[in-house]
Amino acid sequence: MRNKIYSSADEAVADISDGTVIMFGGFGPGTPRNLIMALLRQGAADLTGISNRAGGGRGVTDSAIDVGQLIQARRMRKMICTITAAMKSSMVVAFDRQFEAGEIEAELVPQGTLAERIRAGGAGIGGFYTATGVGTELAEGRECRRINGRDYLLEFPLRADYALIRASRADTFGNLQYRRAQRNFNPLMARAARITVAEVDEIVPVGTIDPDHVHTSGVYVDRIVKIPAPPEGIWDAVSRPPVD
Amino acid sequence: MRKAQLSRQAMCDRLAMEFEDGWVVNLGAGIPQLCSNFDFGDKTILFHSENGVIGYGPEPAPGEEDLQLVDAGLRHTTLVRGAAIVDHADSFALIRAGYVSATVLGAYQVAESGDFANWKLPGRRGGGIGGAMDLAIGAQRVFIAMEHTGRQGELRLRTRCTLPITARGVVKLIVTNLGLFEVTQAGLLMREIAPSYTPEEVQALTEATLIVPPDLRPFRFDERREEAER
Repeated sequence: MRNKIYSSADEAVADISDGTVIMFGGFGPGTPRNLIMALLRQGAADLTGISNRAGGGRGVTDSAIDVGQLIQARRMRKMICTITAAMKSSMVVAFDRQFEAGEIEAELVPQGTLAERIRAGGAGIGGFYTATGVGTELAEGRECRRINGRDYLLEFPLRADYALIRASRADTFGNLQYRRAQRNFNPLMARAARITVAEVDEIVPVGTIDPDHVHTSGVYVDRIVKIPAPPEGIWDAVSRPPVD
Repeated sequence: MRKAQLSRQAMCDRLAMEFEDGWVVNLGAGIPQLCSNFDFGDKTILFHSENGVIGYGPEPAPGEEDLQLVDAGLRHTTLVRGAAIVDHADSFALIRAGYVSATVLGAYQVAESGDFANWKLPGRRGGGIGGAMDLAIGAQRVFIAMEHTGRQGELRLRTRCTLPITARGVVKLIVTNLGLFEVTQAGLLMREIAPSYTPEEVQALTEATLIVPPDLRPFRFDERREEAER
């Protein structure tokens, strides 16, 4: 069996070249923070990123370890994401400043449509119709179709060169389990990229995870890295966003 | 003198009173999240969060946070008995297919037609859609919780939205710091009014023409909360 276990996050992202399209999992938990920092050290630039947010979030600032680190370092050419402007001045991050200044490109996609486009990309689907965005600015110039009396917009799948994801447990074949809300976009992205790299809390021998409890089959996973103990490894911390 | 307006918690308590036993409810980040502080008594409400948490509970005590468990606002949360975790595509399938009984969202503007705008401000290149457009077209009922006027005094309840809209004709009920309003075929109906305000005073702060019914009621507060705060 091909060895999928890499000794470090740096080794696992070493071949990512300039101009690559990369999916980044995560919605708070589930963010592949170690792989992102390795990519930052590696230096690849002119990248296109696909992720829920272009860094930041409620109570999260420029110091957060997420795709925002790559944006601050000017490695990203474009982001495909669900928020392209902070809704409050207290939430402004590097992406917002670069986007308002026209220094980074972005495609703004509703969150359910983003998830479904990634799902479609990993499911061999050529496109789908959704009612999300009908009658809004996002519908301008797009194919609209009435199906059973309701209007829908045509959306196309998303695929990437790499998916950087985070899971809780992997076996040596790459079968993955996620814990709690860590799951979010990760299983979808694992299926929609040419090369999927997963950082995990622990790696167990193949056969250890009950087949009924595998969330992502190892078929979709190419590289696995165990997160080192802190301070070398970056682990989740308590988040305390304001209520409003 | 500035009159007493409804608190954000009172606004959200009022919408929460509308929730029925067995409903699946999705609360937007910010003010709407206060709806989950309401005491639902015998009613079972299942709170769904867009990141795939079906059945979240109260905030954990400090020190008891689960590092991999947050709600849509990235606040640490807990799971209730019977909760389930799904991925993002599954979570939004649930939303679009109408399994969410009601969503409570914030807004910049709501029109008498039920259109609303909550993702883009004037003069900004970017916007923040998040899950709002999916919830707006997918949830069985869309409720809005917002301040009656903007920071610069902008009138937010309008004949038509002037900001880019989130969805058309979907809003059913709006709570503001001045009262409770219902979108009806005939227009915006004022159902309840904040204490110390007259209908004329609320109308002066509203661009759309309000329908004031003969049985306009005082705003309903959660008496148990008032009792507890006394």
